[in-house]
Amino acid sequence: MKQLIDISKELFESKKVGYIIGYAEDKFKRVKPFVAHSSSDAERFVFSNYSVNNLAVYLTRLLKPKESKIGIVAKGCDIKSIIALIQENQIKREDVIIIGVNCNGVVNQIDEQFSKENTAIKCKYCQVRTPAHYDYLVGEIKDVDLPEDKNFAIMQKLESMNAEERWNFWEAEFEKCVKCYACRQVCPLCYCEQCIVDKSMPRWIDSSATVKGNFAWNMIRAFHLSGRCIGCNECERACPADIPLSLLNRKMGMVAMNEFNYRHGTDINQPTLIGNYNVNDKEDFIM
Amino acid sequence: METEKFEPKIVAFVCNWCTYTGADLAGTSRLKQQTNARLIRVPCTGRIDPVFIIKAFEKGADGVLVSGCHPNDCHYNTGNFHARRRWIFFRQLLDFVGIDSSRLYFSWVSASEGKKWVDVVDGVINSVREKGPFNGYKKLNKEIEIPVK
Repeated sequence: MKQLIDISKELFESKKVGYIIGYAEDKFKRVKPFVAHSSSDAERFVFSNYSVNNLAVYLTRLLKPKESKIGIVAKGCDIKSIIALIQENQIKREDVIIIGVNCNGVVNQIDEQFSKENTAIKCKYCQVRTPAHYDYLVGEIKDVDLPEDKNFAIMQKLESMNAEERWNFWEAEFEKCVKCYACRQVCPLCYCEQCIVDKSMPRWIDSSATVKGNFAWNMIRAFHLSGRCIGCNECERACPADIPLSLLNRKMGMVAMNEFNYRHGTDINQPTLIGNYNVNDKEDFIM
Repeated sequence: METEKFEPKIVAFVCNWCTYTGADLAGTSRLKQQTNARLIRVPCTGRIDPVFIIKAFEKGADGVLVSGCHPNDCHYNTGNFHARRRWIFFRQLLDFVGIDSSRLYFSWVSASEGKKWVDVVDGVINSVREKGPFNGYKKLNKEIEIPVK
């Protein structure tokens, strides 16, 4: 990744950025998020098939450097979340320098070895292997074909069930939830300063890890991300209980697509879906 | 032993300016309606956070009705437009996790539509009664109940 290191060094030397968020290998050769503060740090940057983390999450968690910008190394899917943050007025476009990376699919290094078939779920229906929006672009696409998307079959199976069967499916899944809120912490779009589960007067969502409270939490999180989730599936990767949260988010994404023909995080100037309205919205379900 | 006849519990979230007044009109005009619905008055349909609806189901509701002003009639101009867009997502989400969307009803009832309110409420109560009780949460509540000696 010489290109990536060269660009980063140049950005540091021209003092355009305060720091750059990227990936580096630790002493066990595992690829991890890494914040470089100088051009000597930037030499450690790597990008490989194990760069699975969505670094856009740090844009709202880290302090913005004074009088300079934040650099960020981002795959196509991460750039969607950066655009989403700009659309929602959380960051300004002029405050970030996006180093886009052509991506050939990623996989979580702790779990598996990368191969074309063995990628993260999001890579199986990826449309942004070459990012749509960037300041610099590095890397190259090796193989254009996408592997088979198995999760879509699970979605279809769920939708063909009746309500009670679906309830039993989710009851078995949510029973595993331990309410660690890793899904929230890792989500680039969960940036509320006080989350609704942390509010205790009144307490709307049961904070103990009972199935009842887990249902409420996971439903409300999916609802708060409806029409906003860009499908980076970081919540599912971070989930210690392996709950298929991507199914919920994907369903809400499909609703946004079917009802409004809208996909979040594709255009900086597009108004957001929730938070705006149209007088002619569909209302065939209202009596 | 004869089993007790099922009477559904309906929670209705109604907006202060239209539906609540409409329901009031139904009362003052002495229209007959079934009494299974518990009305909860909120300032505007835009005030109805989906957690309210989840909470209602958690607390044992068999059906939920949400009702407010007709489009363009909102007391706060745009509250019901924002709410409508949210409902499009929320009802499909509930359906996807297994709370049948035929347990969640939406309607526009204005302050002068006392008759429509009676029709809506009776229709909702009858169709939920036909569907039977919503057992999902009742089962979960039983699990965490502390037995009384």
